[in-house]
Amino acid sequence: MPFIPHTLRDVNSMLDSIGASSVEELFSEIPNSIERTQLMGIQRGVPEMEMTRRLAERAKKDEVGPCFMGAGCYDHHIPAAVWDLASRGEFLTPYTPYQAEASQGTLQLLYEFQTMMSSLTGMDVANASVYDGGSGLAEAILMAIRCNRKATSRRVLVCGGVNPLYVQAARTLVSSQGIELIQCPHEKGTHTIESLSGGDFAALVVQQPNFFGQLENVDAISDWTKSHNALLVAVVNPITLPVLSPPGEWGRQGADICCGDGQPLGIPMASGGPSFGFLCTNMPYVRQLPGRIVGRTKDRDGEIGYTLTLQAREQHIRRAKATSNICTNQGLLVTAATIYLSLVGLRGIQSVASACHANTTNLVNRLCRSDQIERTFSGEFFHEAAVDLHCDAQFVADKLLDRHGIVAGLPLGQVFSDLQSSLLVCATEKRTEQEIEHFSDALQECVADG
Amino acid sequence: MSEIPSELKYTATHEWSRLRDDGLVEVGITDFAQNALGDIVFVELPEVEEEVAGEEEVAVVESVKAASDIYAPISGRVVEANDELVDEPERINADPYGSGWIFVIEPTDTEDLDNLLDALEYEEHCAEEEEQH
Amino acid sequence: MANETIFDISQPNRIAHAQCPESGSLADLPPNCVRKTPPLIPEVSEIQAIRHYTNLSQQNFAIDRNFYPLGSCTMKYNPRGAHRVASLPGFLNRHPLTAASASQGVLECLFDLQEILAVVTGTDAVSLAPMAGAQGELAGLLMIRAYHNEQGDTDRDEVIIPTAAHGTNPATATMCGYKVAEVQVGGDGDVDLEDLKRTVSSRTAAIMLTNPSTCAVFERQITEISDVVHDAGGLLYYDGANLNAILGKICPGNMGFDVLHLNLHKTFATPHGGGGPGAGPVAVNNRLARFLPIPVVGFVDNQFDWLGEQQLPQTIGRLSAFMGNTGILIRALAYALMLGREGMVRVAEHATLNANYLAKELERVGFTLAYPNRKATHEFLVTLTSEAKDLQVRAMDFAKRLLDFGIHAPTTYFPLLVPECLLIEPTETECKEQLDEFVDAMKHIREEAVNDPDTVRGAPHGLYRKRLDEVQAARELDLAWSPPDDES
Repeated sequence: MPFIPHTLRDVNSMLDSIGASSVEELFSEIPNSIERTQLMGIQRGVPEMEMTRRLAERAKKDEVGPCFMGAGCYDHHIPAAVWDLASRGEFLTPYTPYQAEASQGTLQLLYEFQTMMSSLTGMDVANASVYDGGSGLAEAILMAIRCNRKATSRRVLVCGGVNPLYVQAARTLVSSQGIELIQCPHEKGTHTIESLSGGDFAALVVQQPNFFGQLENVDAISDWTKSHNALLVAVVNPITLPVLSPPGEWGRQGADICCGDGQPLGIPMASGGPSFGFLCTNMPYVRQLPGRIVGRTKDRDGEIGYTLTLQAREQHIRRAKATSNICTNQGLLVTAATIYLSLVGLRGIQSVASACHANTTNLVNRLCRSDQIERTFSGEFFHEAAVDLHCDAQFVADKLLDRHGIVAGLPLGQVFSDLQSSLLVCATEKRTEQEIEHFSDALQECVADG
Repeated sequence: MSEIPSELKYTATHEWSRLRDDGLVEVGITDFAQNALGDIVFVELPEVEEEVAGEEEVAVVESVKAASDIYAPISGRVVEANDELVDEPERINADPYGSGWIFVIEPTDTEDLDNLLDALEYEEHCAEEEEQH
Repeated sequence: MANETIFDISQPNRIAHAQCPESGSLADLPPNCVRKTPPLIPEVSEIQAIRHYTNLSQQNFAIDRNFYPLGSCTMKYNPRGAHRVASLPGFLNRHPLTAASASQGVLECLFDLQEILAVVTGTDAVSLAPMAGAQGELAGLLMIRAYHNEQGDTDRDEVIIPTAAHGTNPATATMCGYKVAEVQVGGDGDVDLEDLKRTVSSRTAAIMLTNPSTCAVFERQITEISDVVHDAGGLLYYDGANLNAILGKICPGNMGFDVLHLNLHKTFATPHGGGGPGAGPVAVNNRLARFLPIPVVGFVDNQFDWLGEQQLPQTIGRLSAFMGNTGILIRALAYALMLGREGMVRVAEHATLNANYLAKELERVGFTLAYPNRKATHEFLVTLTSEAKDLQVRAMDFAKRLLDFGIHAPTTYFPLLVPECLLIEPTETECKEQLDEFVDAMKHIREEAVNDPDTVRGAPHGLYRKRLDEVQAARELDLAWSPPDDES
């Protein structure tokens, strides 16, 4: 009986105390008309050793070579201490910090996280996380609609450079609230304000750097949005923020809501989850921010302490009128991200960001030396770029995986039917000169075959 | 026992209304309500100039553990909101019938006030609610 | 005691060199895109950071340190073996968009978990996509909406929810554009069937229920409820919050439920992580299977593969950028493999045994059970109304005082229906000695409440912090640190 400590003697003495003759008797309120489960097809339990052997065999199958794929999930170095600390039972196994006095560790850590995220994004406040970047965008859109009280429209303009997987998730999650997401097509990989369609809208969503890795003219887009009395929702990658201008400073007024996925901050790729989403805003909108928020306060003796605050927004109090149904967040991942940022430090995180940019630039330059490969779009990129192979990119990517075990990047045809020959590549700080050279040679070879 | 001034009118949802000499109606929440909510930490005020219907939600008061909608006791136009409450929501706890007033309505029809509870009726209503808990 | 933040110990230009890759040039970036002032990120040494967070961790209660009888949260032991396998390099380093051909290991794991969850819940199909219980609820209601729409039944705009339900149920219904119709709960904790009959109508889209209910008793009229709602054309949604109580004994499918979510962080022992991550897979019977959220894992042409919009054109869609919280799903599979068929049955049996024993022992030392004539399920409710009235010591005071005994507080004031309540869920992984220790502590606090009530009202006394001022926290919002000079 795994994880159940009862001896037969325990069971008997407990039943005696209850005054029941058998454990089965404790279930006597379940009507007999309900058929009992047979658990057909479920095997007998195995010890940890055997379970580990079986799953390790499967994990082994999925081991591949270097990763040049980004598209919302990135292969960064994670300092050894991050998960050593985050996996401590004291961080791994508590519940949400409702009992503040018994949760000061997690609460102070969340306060530090909120501080780092709000500073990184240049916004006033951050919440203590939502599920991921995609659902975070949905929450940001719902929030924008709530905040823009003057807007009569429930239309939200979404730039074509916003991660299409985020947009798909957001569409599902906001679908039943009468909110219309209007996709604005990109022009050669970015958006000019001329390309943004007008009409009434309550908010606009822009991503920087965008899904193609391109840098948008966020200042102009921000000002244009504000001139239409709409709110600006920014989607950002936190690893770029130590060096790129923060959403709070875009244009004359800055973004109103900022969201994204925190995976680059010390979270393993792990098939994309668990990761965490973050959501930031400015003080006037703080009561519309969903999810947990930690505040600093004092205890009875006047000592500084921390507690969950603004809880009256949340589902356990507001029920049907809550800002969101969210209750679980991604606490453990936020723990890892906070430790990551502290360990790597200001200089470290700036170096990581610039190294990613330099490595991807190096990769793109190498690839484009081939006659057959060129960039899909012009303009500046940060640490991802689309390259046009002038042949079926999916075919090439499959071949690179089969022949060389390289995860080549995302064949953009998977999400954009007009980009079948383009591959979205990324080289993080983790990719070595040799790996980049090898990938570049192998890719050119496969393209020549294609 | 909570304070229930005899000259005011009340709703079952615990708002009080005071008809002023200028014909406008001042609205707040009762002593009973502020007691039940506990320390008020935030008030979301109605927009001035907004037309409201009787029993419509127009404001929200929040304590640490609860949030309570405030309903317009009668139809009319909101002509003033108590901005002092933004920084000092605790006024509602300290002086619910005085400096803790929440908004002022210009009534569509002053006679609507006659449909509200008087102090005696409201006292009975509170006693019933207490019994249930 | 020291309470420095990481920012207080930060020093300009202190660098953790081992964590700095070689910088690259940013000279080619357009100047208007480049950040002008650096963000507030700590500048500390590696050992400073490690000490700071190790010390913080020690201010937390956690399952690994304390008995944690937090009702409705199922704080059972989180097996380390499950955590370890999810951290194997093949799982940890897999990019989510890697081709299925190089992802057979993880896909097979997810496929197996889908199969296990379908059997355990007595349903026909499962999607592992939802990232938490609340997202599972949302997916469930979206499927219900899709189903009614497909039937041309577009006037159904109400979801029925018992007054005792968890706050996520009504919040989810609202997010899905439904109105909430409340149904009363009777004095014995069961839904008021007559009130339900009055509430159902041609506008009823669904009823959301947990069973055992949030009142911690088994809903005995579940078959009648199922008939009433189904006869009116509505569907039954099962909130899996309390599945631990019946795991392997009976299943939601056999109780008449059409769609449900599981909380793997409860029933399948994945760690709560200080408030997440969780996982909230949804399971449905055949009439809803085509609406499942994507991706789903299928076995096609002798290989495991993702099923997306092409294979499930009527899907409600995607809920996250990738495949939900895959790492949590692997932990849940590891746990299920270790339990096996016979282990699952024993979960429900021992969780129920522990709860009934604890309820009986607390009653013996003078506490009042909210439903004394009912059997406990995996949890039970104690009500402290007489203590609150006679001694002016409230449920929250008992909860805070328990912390001084090294025991995490039970859930307080939930469900809202039962005044001054403690919802107590010991779980199956606690031994009898631990339960006895809890009874002793409760008995001791009760005596204190009589003889020395201020000690209870002022608790906790022995923790890192005394009771915190939540009113100040809400009135004077301080949500991010700023340097002392900025504070005036």
